[in-house]
Amino acid sequence: MADDKHTQPEVDRLTGIATTGHEWDGIKELNTPLPRWWLWTFYVTIVWAIGYMVVYPAIPLISSHTVGLFGYTNRAAVQVELDKLQAQRNAQAAGLADATFEQIKANPDLNRIALARGKAAFGDNCMGCHGAGGMGFVGYPNLADDDWIWGGKPEQIQQTILHGIRWDQNTETRVGNMPAFGRTGMLKRDEIAESVEYVRSLAGLDVEKTANLAKGKEVFAANCASCHGDEGKGNQELGAPSLTDAIWLYGNSRAAMTEGLVNGRAGAMPAWSGRLDAVTIKALTVYVGSLGGGQ
Amino acid sequence: MTHPSAPVPYTDDDDIPLFAPTPKVYPQKVSGLYRRIKWGLLIVGMAIYYFLPFVRWDRGPNLPDQAVLVDFERRRFYFFFIELWPQEVYYFTGLLILAAIILFLMNALAGRIWCGYLCPQTVWTDLFLRVERFFEGDRRDRIKLDDAPWTAEKVARKAGKHFVWLMIAWWTGGAWVLYFADAPTLVRDLATLQAPFTAYLWIGILTTTTYVLAGHLREQVCLHMCPWPRIQAALTDEHALNVSYRYDRGEPRMSVKDAKRAREAEQPAGDCIDCHQCVAVCPTGVDIRLGSQLGCIQCGLCIDACDTVMTKVGRPTRLIAYDTDEAIQARQTGQTPTYRPIRARTILYAAIIALVGGAMIYQLATRAFLGMSLIHDRTPLFVTLRDGSIRNAYTVRLINKRTESRQVALTIDGPTSVTMEVQGATATSDWRPIVTVDPDTTREVRVLVTIPRAALQSGTNMIRIKASDLFAGETVTIAENFFAP
Repeated sequence: MADDKHTQPEVDRLTGIATTGHEWDGIKELNTPLPRWWLWTFYVTIVWAIGYMVVYPAIPLISSHTVGLFGYTNRAAVQVELDKLQAQRNAQAAGLADATFEQIKANPDLNRIALARGKAAFGDNCMGCHGAGGMGFVGYPNLADDDWIWGGKPEQIQQTILHGIRWDQNTETRVGNMPAFGRTGMLKRDEIAESVEYVRSLAGLDVEKTANLAKGKEVFAANCASCHGDEGKGNQELGAPSLTDAIWLYGNSRAAMTEGLVNGRAGAMPAWSGRLDAVTIKALTVYVGSLGGGQ
Repeated sequence: MTHPSAPVPYTDDDDIPLFAPTPKVYPQKVSGLYRRIKWGLLIVGMAIYYFLPFVRWDRGPNLPDQAVLVDFERRRFYFFFIELWPQEVYYFTGLLILAAIILFLMNALAGRIWCGYLCPQTVWTDLFLRVERFFEGDRRDRIKLDDAPWTAEKVARKAGKHFVWLMIAWWTGGAWVLYFADAPTLVRDLATLQAPFTAYLWIGILTTTTYVLAGHLREQVCLHMCPWPRIQAALTDEHALNVSYRYDRGEPRMSVKDAKRAREAEQPAGDCIDCHQCVAVCPTGVDIRLGSQLGCIQCGLCIDACDTVMTKVGRPTRLIAYDTDEAIQARQTGQTPTYRPIRARTILYAAIIALVGGAMIYQLATRAFLGMSLIHDRTPLFVTLRDGSIRNAYTVRLINKRTESRQVALTIDGPTSVTMEVQGATATSDWRPIVTVDPDTTREVRVLVTIPRAALQSGTNMIRIKASDLFAGETVTIAENFFAP
């Protein structure tokens, strides 16, 4: 030990406080240490950290990590919370399972639960095709308008969700095809063109001046009216849409209409009966009805 | 850095101590005007804090009858006749602004009144010191006791003190949780160990902080934790009343005998006899004779101590007093000291207080009890119906802040032939859909608005939805966009 270690510290003349001996460009640092309690707080945090590492999973190992005294994991904690939530939802679902659609509509609490549950299920299962809020896309019906291909009463909507549309794996699925009149040779090219013009006249769309509407009407009566009705009003039993309103699942251009007549239309919807439970399907029905078109 | 910290002998890093050896402060008992004011404020303040949760206030059958209640479960704040909803949290912003400016105003008028008399840290520390004095005696006895070896008596005195401290701390935490639930019920639940865990947790937290801050850290909180002394130092000026040592009168210091001799010889003699009583009674251990300083909480106890001494030695009191820097300098130069409470900054502070306070009172007085918010569906923005007309969907939230159930009629105004369907309407009145909103709640309904295509322009159109209370006559109208292709 060198003697100079024990010489008196340099005291700053102005403040009367000792310096630490550190010096930068002639500026010396005053010694203003931490108060004692602060230092102890620092020690406490060190002790706390060690305790924390013992109690909680903390140290990564090669293929796993230390598990801690109580075996706590975030994932298990989340699972506990999820189970609690599920139990709570099941209790609410009990009310839904037994209620009729009228009862659900009349009971604001039940209605709220059904809507919330339906909204979540819709987002998970239906939105991929029908879009957010049931907005629909070409070929995928808009569920927020007032037009229903297979019926918009709660029971009809529920039936559609349960068994799907043209879903072969389900025996109760809704069936009804738009045949490929052109591809199969049932209608000739000019007949198709004439019927397209006639249907346009039914819907109030623009019609070619040279069109032979009388011939179109004949073709329509012979081939289309059996499903779409004599006046083209459609038939929900067969899933034949009305051809007289402003809503066109595949668009109302001549090309789209001709394509439908040539190649037919047979969009499918899966049956959800085996994939979603009855209460969820009921909630979905209430939710879809609330989007704007429910009857 | 005005806090006394003794120079430490060392020369290199190994010798530097890791902490500043702060001397323990042993405030001495004192009596006088400011001590009495402090006791009075302590009793009033603590009485309010401990008993306010038990004050009842009748709000009707569906609402809690506790005068002051923060109800997290139902998301309401009750303060006597005021009830606030979460969306009215701006009132608290207003209160915080008021609190800050009032603090500034107090400081511009008379220094750190808050620190010295009202701050919970000061009040609880005062109470804890009183307990300490009860068990361990006054300053001298306490210093002696701390130096003495551990005897049974010392253990008994210390244990008694800590026990009472913990009891006060526990009761402090206990009163705190009563503001967040029905007080009588919670007291019963706490006593029978039926209360929710969070209640015990918060009592535990508040017990700990009170015991540690008021019992052990005391002036350290003011010196090292609290930001206000730093801010205050930047805000004060030479016109503010502060607890001041009148050095114009006190210097040069000398003993009573020397002073007498000096006066007889017509030599200058100060009134300060350097008895250190002002330092002995100081709860933060500062020497007020060094001038205004960060450590001084301006509680006025040194005034009491000095007055006692001055009376004893037969000199005029108030050698230490509430005074301004300007007044002291004026007396020194032979001018008449003036106190100017009305200055640019006090006028400004008062104006801000009046403005913010006035705005809040106006808001409260004209507070709407019927509210509505309107959210347009994000997707689809619009829907084409079979007959070609366009429909937009909205979620309408009706807010009923009254304590009775209300019937709210919805009407719509917009382009020609606008129609509205309200899902969840309970009845109609004059063809207007009626929605029932339960007391003190909100109710959401979906509203479908349909307008013929011919009446619309492409893009954005406007509609107005009006909610009117069928009986009270209150109305709210909101204008919202209606989109068309």
